[in-house]
Amino acid sequence: MLDFIQQLVSGVALGCIYGLIALGFVLIYKTTEVVNFAQGELLMLGGFFAFTFIALLGLNYWIGFALAVVCMAAFGAASERFVLRPVLGSPQFSIVMATVGLGFFLRSVAGMIWGTDDLKIDTPFSTGVLRIGDLVLAHDKLSVIVATAILCIALYLFFTKTQLGTAMRATSENMLAAYYMGIPVKTVVSLTWAISAAVAACAGVLLAPITFIHSNVGLVLALKAFPAAVLGGFGSIPGAVVGGIIIGVIENMAGFYLAQGWKDVAPHIVLLTMLLLKPEGLFGHIGRKKV
Amino acid sequence: MSDAQPILKVSNIESYYGPIMAIRGVSLSLSEGKIVTVLGANGAGKTTILKTISGVLDPLKGAVEFEGKSVQRMDPDKIVRLGISHVPEGREVFPFLTVRENLAMGGFLRTNRDEVAQDLERIYGYFPRLKERLDQPAGQLSGGEQQMLAISRALMNRPKVLLLDEPSLGLSPLLVKEIFGIIRRVNAEQGVSILLVEQNAKKALETADYGYVLEVGRVVMDDTCARLMQSKDIQEFYLGAKEDSARGERRWKKKKTWR
Repeated sequence: MLDFIQQLVSGVALGCIYGLIALGFVLIYKTTEVVNFAQGELLMLGGFFAFTFIALLGLNYWIGFALAVVCMAAFGAASERFVLRPVLGSPQFSIVMATVGLGFFLRSVAGMIWGTDDLKIDTPFSTGVLRIGDLVLAHDKLSVIVATAILCIALYLFFTKTQLGTAMRATSENMLAAYYMGIPVKTVVSLTWAISAAVAACAGVLLAPITFIHSNVGLVLALKAFPAAVLGGFGSIPGAVVGGIIIGVIENMAGFYLAQGWKDVAPHIVLLTMLLLKPEGLFGHIGRKKV
Repeated sequence: MSDAQPILKVSNIESYYGPIMAIRGVSLSLSEGKIVTVLGANGAGKTTILKTISGVLDPLKGAVEFEGKSVQRMDPDKIVRLGISHVPEGREVFPFLTVRENLAMGGFLRTNRDEVAQDLERIYGYFPRLKERLDQPAGQLSGGEQQMLAISRALMNRPKVLLLDEPSLGLSPLLVKEIFGIIRRVNAEQGVSILLVEQNAKKALETADYGYVLEVGRVVMDDTCARLMQSKDIQEFYLGAKEDSARGERRWKKKKTWR
């Protein structure tokens, strides 16, 4: 039983990371109908920025964390402006390839700047454990879960309670009508990328004590986060997080209870089953427009 | 029209959809506080004119002037900021946003909360039914209610010019009557100048002051609505009046005078 709970908690923690990446996929997909295959690289870059600020420049963890997130938000907006906007209006495939290319580019550049070794940041959560009876939970995993919850609440409030957040939802529902309302659609799209990149950066920094930072960290995670986004119903923000947690828990459980090899296959089996039985995903809705 | 300074003036615009020329040198003008209608069959280019004015389409040639300043090739959100609001064909409400949020989006550029609250009250006065549905997603409204919402949403920006694209599309005759009544009230009470594009020529001519007739991307006729309604061509081709010939049969091949 103890094993089960411990596996569950690490599964949820891992799943939260998947969920945060999936959230980035979904945010960008909803507003621009582009799947950003460089989402994992944004996470990786967030980790490297944090490493630079905290380990190399010796800043306080929280200041370094905040700086990394701000830098990544700016970076996200810039990639939208200079990589995506020029190809806007091209066939879908070209746009997707542009994001794949961006991912490759970022991976190589990160390798050139920061090297190919695994890097490590000392965080307040790196070593501590929480004991409840015989249960031992590592702080690094708990910090991921708590931070994801806070981020989700913050994003929820932003998207439902503020005028700008509502405008972003409106833009994702009907871009042309958003123009007719006087919503600056181009700025909104840049902002979407900024938020996605900032969320990815948070995930990258939170993940640093668990998996270390290296230039391929994003690729592996994004491959798992993609099923998470689909599982939640591509286009649903709560679905992305829930899908991520489900994938994370299944992966961890499969790794613990099943033979070797199942760990990496299990999420994709779940995905295929899901697509066969309920292709719109857990929270997806197929929009119909009245004429 | 002979009035001194039109609030909106379109001169010789040509717009394309890819290689297809949708409007071929259209000019029209809208005086402050008036309702002007553009009549025409499907594919005549009516919607294209409105899209060109609101900046969604860029004209290849020609000029769009609003309050004396040229606004062609400006971004659509900048044009809305100047005071031109567009109610698109087919309503285009935000389906998963509530009615309240849809209205809030209409007032996206507004900063004065008191004025926004006043405008909301006025809109509930025009369309009491929207007030009952404030917290429903707009996608769940009926077609007529969505049209009401689309018009209200555009009014939330306190526009000086309202571009209305087919407000009667898919509505019952009773609702059409109600909507056109409101359009006249908005024009009379708030002094909003309106450019109205309609298939329902009878309603449009009754509502508007001045009319343009568009065929395959060209203006073929323009006059005051009273005179247009008297015109034989308009009566036959747009209002559906039958003219019996000497032999008591309808002449199907009658030519329009402008051909």
